[in-house]
Amino acid sequence: MKYNLSKVKRVSKPVLVIMYIVCIFFAILSLLPFVVMLVNATRNTYQVQQHAFSFVPSKYLLDNLKILNSKDTFHPIRGFINSLIISSGATVCAVYFSTLTAYALVAYTWKLRGAFFSLVLAFMMIPMQVTSIGFYQMMYRVHMTNNFLPLILPSIASPSMVFFMRQYMIPSLPLEIVESARVDGCHEFRIFNQIVIPMMKPAMATQGIFCFVASWNQLFLPQILLTNKQRYTMPIMVSLLKGDIYKTEYGAVYLGLTLTILPLFVVYFLLSKYIIAGVALGGVKG
Amino acid sequence: MEKRKTFSYARYGYLFSIPFIVAFMLFWLYPILYTAIIGFTDLKGIGTTKFHFLSEPFKNFKTVLTSASFKTALRNTVVIWIINFIPQIVFALLFTAWFTSPRCKIRGQGFFKIVFYMPNIMTAATVAVLFQALFAYPTSPMNDILTKFGIIASPFNFEVSKTSAKLIVAFIQFWMWYGYTMIILISGVLGINPEIFEAAEIDGCTSAQTFFRITIPCLRTILLYTTITAMIGGLNMYDIPRLYLNGGPDNATLTTNVYIYNQAFAGSYMYNRAAAASLIMLIIIAVCSVAIFQMYKEKDPTKVDRKRRHLAAKKEVTE
Repeated sequence: MKYNLSKVKRVSKPVLVIMYIVCIFFAILSLLPFVVMLVNATRNTYQVQQHAFSFVPSKYLLDNLKILNSKDTFHPIRGFINSLIISSGATVCAVYFSTLTAYALVAYTWKLRGAFFSLVLAFMMIPMQVTSIGFYQMMYRVHMTNNFLPLILPSIASPSMVFFMRQYMIPSLPLEIVESARVDGCHEFRIFNQIVIPMMKPAMATQGIFCFVASWNQLFLPQILLTNKQRYTMPIMVSLLKGDIYKTEYGAVYLGLTLTILPLFVVYFLLSKYIIAGVALGGVKG
Repeated sequence: MEKRKTFSYARYGYLFSIPFIVAFMLFWLYPILYTAIIGFTDLKGIGTTKFHFLSEPFKNFKTVLTSASFKTALRNTVVIWIINFIPQIVFALLFTAWFTSPRCKIRGQGFFKIVFYMPNIMTAATVAVLFQALFAYPTSPMNDILTKFGIIASPFNFEVSKTSAKLIVAFIQFWMWYGYTMIILISGVLGINPEIFEAAEIDGCTSAQTFFRITIPCLRTILLYTTITAMIGGLNMYDIPRLYLNGGPDNATLTTNVYIYNQAFAGSYMYNRAAAASLIMLIIIAVCSVAIFQMYKEKDPTKVDRKRRHLAAKKEVTE
């Protein structure tokens, strides 16, 4: 912003101090639950019972891991692999096909284009849960429960991502390039794959992160479709930690919780800058 | 020759939309219609796929609308959403005002944004179970802190108090979403033409005047977007109430989606009632969306320059 800074009156010192205190308070509020979780993951049941709140990590991380493994219900690695398959599949489908649909909306003039775009906008408003009973019945009939495909393939139709991709494509894809590729005799589908996709990479990366995280965190649909324990995703695994087996294993429960969000911590600390910028670009609500 | 060429390209528009349209019809439209149909039938019981239409078509809807637990669920959903959304929007606006004001340059803004947003990205299921552990009875970090500082004499059982259960679920929602709302609002403010602020500065506006008379009216579109998406998300609240106390204690945190899940999948397998409840929720969401839209729609809404917002956000990444 181009302000003439010398002219702008600054807030007084005490006000500024209050602002910092509030900001720091909220920062602590956001971090504290995770800090307590991480610290308690390294402490044993006795220590947690004595003082549930502590900043000092202890040395029982491996013991807690052994307790988790010994109970044979909570399998973070299996959950991780299942979640990874579903989230990666859903992300690839969503990003590729949304870009393709956006390209159809931007690069070509066709009769039903306006109607189709209105449909996409209207359908952005419909929450997934509303369709869940019909979806479950349909999948039950074709014997697709306990299959990952019903959790992956619907993301081919991701209206909010199509909307975002279209908004991004309009100013940033010069149609002259597409035109000149045509003159050179390039097939339309090849133009999309070899010219449009590379130009859309920044948008695809941003949307890809959000799609991946949203898919990873999803609970409602996986919970009704996946009944076989071998197929449980990470968020379903979390509910196992609430069971009676872990009632007295305080440290182990915290470790289990840590394991379920460890991948997200890693992703967030590597990509937080892009994620924040992506949120600012708008149109993402998990 | 030229005309034939444009015609042949239009074909690709349809061709490239086919995957979306097929997936849409198969995985969204068909399930919605199927749900709607089930709402008028007698479909219930595990493993059942055959159904008959009821002689009294709206029977399921009547049953749901008159059932005490659905009414409780709907009331809870609305109450929890309101007590999470009001502080959420207030604090998001406060931080937006501070972080975008030229009168105070708060250092470490990037850090604060990253930290405030972090809870949003974490699995809601994990967060719910984590908060259950944090507020457990008798030994939990929260009870430990409260007794240590002498705020309460003996550990408080947060899990049996209806009020505290509701407040904690609302707090978790607030905690997960205020950072998101703040970032959306900040990007909205960055999209406002800075000349407007300069003019206000020259005219001698106070910060409060600038904020309430310029910033908020200019944010109208973004606020509308935030309210509608938050409302849809709030009415679909499921993960947290379900995994925090599974709707308890005594249905105090039972939300409509937990109700739908319980009807269809937790023991009773009343698919028809669950479908009817889903349709009722869809209608409520549609009505609320229109109502919120009307509330924000006033004469001469100041539009936020979308392109500028994009540029500002992009600039933030490169900086």
